[in-house]
Amino acid sequence: MSTSDQQAPPRFAIPELLIGVGLLACAAAVAWQTLAIPVSPLYSKVGPRVFPYITMAGMVVLSLLLIVAALRGGWQPDEEKETPTDWKSMGFVVAGLVANLTLIHPLGFTAASVIMFVLVCYGFGSRRPLRDVLLGLILALAAYFGFAKALGVNIGAGFVENQLNTVINAVIAMVRG
Amino acid sequence: MDTLNQLAHGFSVAFTPANLLWCLVGTTLGTAIGVLPGLGPALTIALLLPITYQVAPEASFILFAGIYYGAMYGGSTTSILLNTPGESATIVTALEGNRMARSGRGGAALATSAIGSFVAGTIGTLGVAFLAPIVVKFALAFGPAEYFSLMVLAFITVSAVLGSSSVRGLTSLFAGFVIGMIGVDLQTGQPRFTFGMGELLDGVDVIIVAVGLFAVGETLYMASRRYAGKDEIVPLKGSLYMTAAEWGRSWKAWLRGALIGFPIGAMPAGGAEIPTFLSYAIEKKLSKHKEEFGTVGAIEGVAGPEAANNASAAGVLVPMLTLGLPTSATAAIMLSAFQSYGINPGPLLLTTQANLVWGLIASLFIANVILVILNLPLIGLWVRLLKIPAPQLYAGILVFATVGTYGISQSPVDLVILYLLGAAGFLMRRFDFPTAPVIIGMILGPLAETQFRRAMTIANGDWTVFYRHPLSLTLLTLAFIGLVGPHIWAWVEHRRRRGPEHVPGDA
Repeated sequence: MSTSDQQAPPRFAIPELLIGVGLLACAAAVAWQTLAIPVSPLYSKVGPRVFPYITMAGMVVLSLLLIVAALRGGWQPDEEKETPTDWKSMGFVVAGLVANLTLIHPLGFTAASVIMFVLVCYGFGSRRPLRDVLLGLILALAAYFGFAKALGVNIGAGFVENQLNTVINAVIAMVRG
Repeated sequence: MDTLNQLAHGFSVAFTPANLLWCLVGTTLGTAIGVLPGLGPALTIALLLPITYQVAPEASFILFAGIYYGAMYGGSTTSILLNTPGESATIVTALEGNRMARSGRGGAALATSAIGSFVAGTIGTLGVAFLAPIVVKFALAFGPAEYFSLMVLAFITVSAVLGSSSVRGLTSLFAGFVIGMIGVDLQTGQPRFTFGMGELLDGVDVIIVAVGLFAVGETLYMASRRYAGKDEIVPLKGSLYMTAAEWGRSWKAWLRGALIGFPIGAMPAGGAEIPTFLSYAIEKKLSKHKEEFGTVGAIEGVAGPEAANNASAAGVLVPMLTLGLPTSATAAIMLSAFQSYGINPGPLLLTTQANLVWGLIASLFIANVILVILNLPLIGLWVRLLKIPAPQLYAGILVFATVGTYGISQSPVDLVILYLLGAAGFLMRRFDFPTAPVIIGMILGPLAETQFRRAMTIANGDWTVFYRHPLSLTLLTLAFIGLVGPHIWAWVEHRRRRGPEHVPGDA
């Protein structure tokens, strides 16, 4: 917390201030949604609004304390402050997540996952996209046929899964003769 | 004697071939995710929650408990060889363990941590078996007011007392409360915090919150700091057999660590950080080889904290099983697994679900035996896991995150919530907000609300019920002391040392 350059008057920290203000806005949203809870007069004593109000009050107090701390110089650890953010790397990860979100319905889980896998690997510094496509495909299929099926989770089926299911069914039919 | 009979019965449940297999799967998986940086027991158990729809409660809890214990063993391997603690509870292990590995004694460090984990884990599990029935007798006297006050105490200790800042810890907790309130109010059937969206009527699944904070948030965080420099894997050197001198220096540290870890874990405060740091400080003070601390690595400094870590992990199960009070993120997710079976953990659990509880405790003994075998002779296997390159590891984590989230209801809205929580998790890492209180708040918040409203209804809306009951008053007083005590103490200390000078306080 205390560093050698303590003499310089601590300036207020903008990122921390934004967090505090953002939290205050969240508290306002909580208040708005609390007022929207319909209350039947039967439950007027301790109805569904009491706890939300307590939570909102707590959030207001906490966000004010955070704003005060931000005005006094913030609290981000030095180690975090000194590490520059790798925006390019993060950008590729975010692109991968967005691609997954938009493609999972039209293309199905496996295809969307492979695209996300390759983008995230590239973001993390892998420069062999073809190998990553293969690895992503193996992993996505393992996740689909192993993990999801074992857990009884239904994650839908897209182009890749349908083709594979057709093949598997054909093989089963052949084996049964 | 009753406990021993129950335990014997528990072993008959745990020793069925199917349950032994679950235990083996859980411990293996747990060790693997403990070794891998970026994956933890809370995330793994959350991803596996859908299994509760498939198998009997005994099987899934044996699996989860194996993962929980296994992650503790695996985490120490990463700490020792990579100096990147796989788990927050193994930060201290890295201090001396990594130095030992660098000076060619990695084998002894791994051995003392594995055997120490076994000794302390066994002592801790015995502690659970004998303490749980005692806590139950005490807890049967609890009414709703007492439960509510106990939860308040737990909220304060997990968010305000532990961690670097009480304000930031409580902020995380309150964010958890808000998430927990989304959906239909169970007592009146009114929708709350749904912003008019039908998708939110069922609430936000704990899987999405855990995966968002721990998987997506962690991946974004790791991507953002590729400039931060990398830790190198220290190749495993030195015999895995400890010398007589090393045994001599280890065994007392194991026992001391276990005796520190279990009681702290069993308190409604939980957390493995405090006992590990405490054990480290004690071992450093008592050691005859002080010169090895911080230089070539002292074996006591690995043995003690590792034992404390495992004993406190066992201790956390006491409030969880007897009071339904989770004090870590992993325990909170296990509680939601109980809820998914329609079982309410609490004082009645030990009698109504005797098979489950005692089978679980017995399986923990078995898990410890399997884990010491997995982590000593087979250590080479786990070291190889450490070599999985970061790009493919994190991309793979995101693939599994998608399965876990999209599989809940095949709704893209869930993925949007997942990514928003991931962004929040990233900011929390960058700005030093703890994430565990969010999970605890969202699981325990609604339970606290239920107890609060029950107590108020019984008392006819009279708020004084919380301080008219002596037990409830005591618990609330303790919570209050926990909240303001450290601040007053710091202030007094500060006044005494420096006089009234203005220094910006840490929020």
